[in-house]
Amino acid sequence: MADLRINLAGIESPNPFWLASAPPTNSGYQVQRAFDAGWGGAVWKTLGEPIINVTSRFAALHYGGQRVLGFNNIELITDRPLDVNLKEMAETKKLFPKHTLIASLMVEHKREAWHEIVKQVEAIGVDGLELNFGCPHGMAERGMGSAVGQHPDLIRQQVEWVKEVAQTPVIVKLTPNITDIRFTARAASQGGADAISMINTINSLIGVDLDRWLPIPHVDGKGAHGGYCGPAVKPIALNMVAECARDPLVGIPISGIGGISTWRDAVEFLLMGATGVQVCTAAMHHGFRIVEDMIDGLNQYLEQKGIASVMDIVGKAVHTYSDWGNLNLNYKVVARIHEETCINCNKCHIACEDTSHQCIDIIKDQATGKERLVVREEDCVGCNLCSIVCPVEGTIEMVEIPTGEPPLTWNQRQAALASGGATE
Amino acid sequence: MSVHTDERRHLFEEATPPLKPKEALDEANRCLYCYDAPCIKACPTSIDIPSFIKKIATGNLFGSARTIMEANPVGASCARVCPTEELCEGACVLNHASKPIMIGLLQRHATDWAIRNQAALFQPGEKNGKTVAIVGAGPAGISAARELARLGYDVTVYEAKEKAGGLNTYGIVSFRLPQEVSLWEVEQVASLGVRFLTNTRVGVDVQPEELLQNYDAVLLAVGMGNVPQLGIEGEELEGVLDAITLVEETKNGPLREDFIGKKVAVIGAGNTAIDAATCSKRLGADQVQILYRRTEKEMTAYPFEYEFAKQDGVEFRWLVAPKRIIGTDGRVTGIELTRMKLGEADEKGRRRPEPISGSEYVVEVDFVVKAIGQERLLPLIESFGIGHSKGVISIDPTTYRTTHPRIYAAGDVIFGGGGVDAMVVDAANHGKRAAHAIHAALVEKTARESD
Ligand SMILES: Cc1cc2nc3c(=O)[nH]c(=O)nc-3n(C[C@H](O)[C@H](O)[C@H](O)COP(=O)(O)OP(=O)(O)OC[C@H]3O[C@@H](n4cnc5c(N)ncnc54)[C@H](O)[C@@H]3O)c2cc1C
Ligand SMILES: Cc1cc2nc3c(=O)[nH]c(=O)nc-3n(C[C@H](O)[C@H](O)[C@H](O)COP(=O)(O)O)c2cc1C
Ligand code: SF4
Ligand code: SF4
Ligand code: SF4
Repeated sequence: MADLRINLAGIESPNPFWLASAPPTNSGYQVQRAFDAGWGGAVWKTLGEPIINVTSRFAALHYGGQRVLGFNNIELITDRPLDVNLKEMAETKKLFPKHTLIASLMVEHKREAWHEIVKQVEAIGVDGLELNFGCPHGMAERGMGSAVGQHPDLIRQQVEWVKEVAQTPVIVKLTPNITDIRFTARAASQGGADAISMINTINSLIGVDLDRWLPIPHVDGKGAHGGYCGPAVKPIALNMVAECARDPLVGIPISGIGGISTWRDAVEFLLMGATGVQVCTAAMHHGFRIVEDMIDGLNQYLEQKGIASVMDIVGKAVHTYSDWGNLNLNYKVVARIHEETCINCNKCHIACEDTSHQCIDIIKDQATGKERLVVREEDCVGCNLCSIVCPVEGTIEMVEIPTGEPPLTWNQRQAALASGGATE
Repeated sequence: MSVHTDERRHLFEEATPPLKPKEALDEANRCLYCYDAPCIKACPTSIDIPSFIKKIATGNLFGSARTIMEANPVGASCARVCPTEELCEGACVLNHASKPIMIGLLQRHATDWAIRNQAALFQPGEKNGKTVAIVGAGPAGISAARELARLGYDVTVYEAKEKAGGLNTYGIVSFRLPQEVSLWEVEQVASLGVRFLTNTRVGVDVQPEELLQNYDAVLLAVGMGNVPQLGIEGEELEGVLDAITLVEETKNGPLREDFIGKKVAVIGAGNTAIDAATCSKRLGADQVQILYRRTEKEMTAYPFEYEFAKQDGVEFRWLVAPKRIIGTDGRVTGIELTRMKLGEADEKGRRRPEPISGSEYVVEVDFVVKAIGQERLLPLIESFGIGHSKGVISIDPTTYRTTHPRIYAAGDVIFGGGGVDAMVVDAANHGKRAAHAIHAALVEKTARESD
């Protein structure tokens, strides 16, 4: 068994799989069940001034027969009194001392308010704090959540207030509803945050009822934008994690969140710089038991690669993530079709013919009458489209064609041009 | 069907193709991952089906194979021979909404991966100093051995045949269950340090008393014997064969030549009969007919087996019973049959077949294959001095303990019959549970002694 323990900015956890602050972590009963199932940590449902929730709350995007590709909600922070939450958190920590318990917090833009809640949750023995600057609906209208998370100054200031009293590590949870997440991440770092977590949910409207002309979901005939999450948001979250991981001005550990459903997703986040991951939608779709394969699959992956500890893969792919201007213009790949597994659906042909570079021919073999799909490699720009639409995994391979040219990036090319050097 | 000798080997290779990678992935993603899933409850060994399927979907094939084999030490064989439409697949919730998940084929997909990659799925437990002898290396015996080895026992398996695996290795036709699959399962158990003493028949090479002297507990997992006598005239003629021996020959050594172009009658309608009939076809017989004294409704062969035999061109004759076998110069030339009708139901609810007098007729055949079940291994059971009823060993159903406090029994030896065929998966489950019962007894005993 590989060592799956992590250490995120001083917070230790038996494994990198935490439940994100959301309905799965609403109560002691739930979090204890989750720990029993194998989750290494949980970020409690955000604490703050109790609110009132509406019904209904959730909606989902189903696509092509797959349910819950994306998920959206208009739920607010906890609707249970603070003392009840604190009592259950204390009980949970006592029953599971080795598991990681994080308090998620959201209060008004007041120094005393932050001081008070930090002291209250730390008194019951949490392992860390997560400041929720991400909730995009409801709370934002009251000047909290993403209303803070969209202003670097407000983030910096509130983190500073928290750090004035906090004894445990402080994680700042960022909103993706912003143009460039590095600015808010840097602000958190400057304010003294020990780590950042991302992403919270993305502003979204799941759909419109075609017969009743109502938003989905609606509350008594009216809807409001919700927060989007689930598998569909993973690429957005992964990019934000990677961008922050490679930004020297951020420079603090990251807890990755957004669309993580399997051990594979988790490994991707870890490789791109997350020290651990948080999960919400996948648990809401299938229950806490999904963590069993997350742990098992991660362990198998590490064992097969001969890696002793999960911490050894954290950030290992970050250096490969760069700016467009640093990509080699002289690198060339082309599509190659493996006829043995091709099922002749011709989807690659039509995709290339109509929407790319018209270089996959359908050639009829005169002798057998059988059609073959052949790439004219000299015209192929290596865009990947055909291999993306091909339904049989591995049938279209993108292979490297040596160009004989030395590597040359756009930045190098521009620099050479500026200094008067010859390029092409 | 007249088959050229050289082509016949190929007919004994596995008939059902494996799932293609895309097929497996599509199917795995179709599973709903039900909670408290009915498919699990329908599996006698309670394999966590949604979990192993989820692991296929996430690309964790090692974990998938381990989940299967953990619950069922002969899970690779079961993926091929279980009557899944009556078990897991029959219980799948998607039967009501769409089509059931192909659980058997997915199970094969995952275990095939483990076989291909020579994955060592389990580790032996820390030695606890206790010893267990297992008699018989069939599904029941090897399941028990695997569990006991993981619990730290020193396990020795006595097996009469040259290879371990029981009927999975020798009795179920290779085109449904290739021998390599069964031998891989044996290998998985052997790699945990279990000693297999093959070519060693208990009662002949080793005596029951020696086992009781040398081991803390003994598990009898000897299965059943050969096909019993029909008790009719002409049974001694050349050309009268035992189905189990016939199948066994095709799994070991060269294929017999003398079936080519011949007419074969198979008597019985259980899985053994079907296997004998499809084997005969593949050996080159021209005509193969299954003769059964009841009707299609009462036969114990699984529906998929029946379907498979029909596709192989096997003919079925219902409501006929053999009266005598006819021969010339000591060789079979025909069989005389009596037509039957169904009378009153017996105590198990099956209608009893009754002969119609004067309905006798003769059919020409070259071979008669007996497949009317398996004999009980009475002498062996009695040599252990334990209680039984007509050769079915009596056990306590929760502890698998026989009337002797240190002798346990599992598998076909405790199978009572009754209108259904014995199943590999039940034998595996018995073996597993017997192992845990032995553990409970020996651990309890130690705990008491140290008090
Ligand atoms: C032709 C045929 C087809 C079948 N098809 C199916 C099917 O499709 N699906 C299904 O689920 N089940 C099927 N079965 C039933 C299944 O094979 C059995 O239920 C199962 O193998 C029983 O397992 P077991 O371990 O109890 O006994 P066995 O598999 O019979 O193993 C017993 C072992 O004990 C050994 N042994 C016996 N006596 C001694 C001794 N004195 N000393 C040492 N060793 C001894 C034997 O050599 C054998 O290896 C079929 C059976 C037959 C005969
Ligand atoms: C119904 C629901 C309620 C949520 N409530 C909170 C919350 O109270 N505090 C918080 O920080 N994030 C909340 N989130 C956001 C999640 O913690 C998480 O950041 C987001 O769902 C992305 O992860 P996922 O794709 O695994 O679901 C909520 C998400 C959902 C779906
Ligand atoms: S999931 Fe439970 S709480 Fe939610 S709508 Fe259904 S029954 Fe009600
Ligand atoms: S998309 Fe794939 S399967 Fe379809 S024709 Fe092209 S190569 Fe063949
Ligand atoms: S019942 Fe069917 S759909 Fe549900 S878990 Fe089992 S195989 Fe999957």
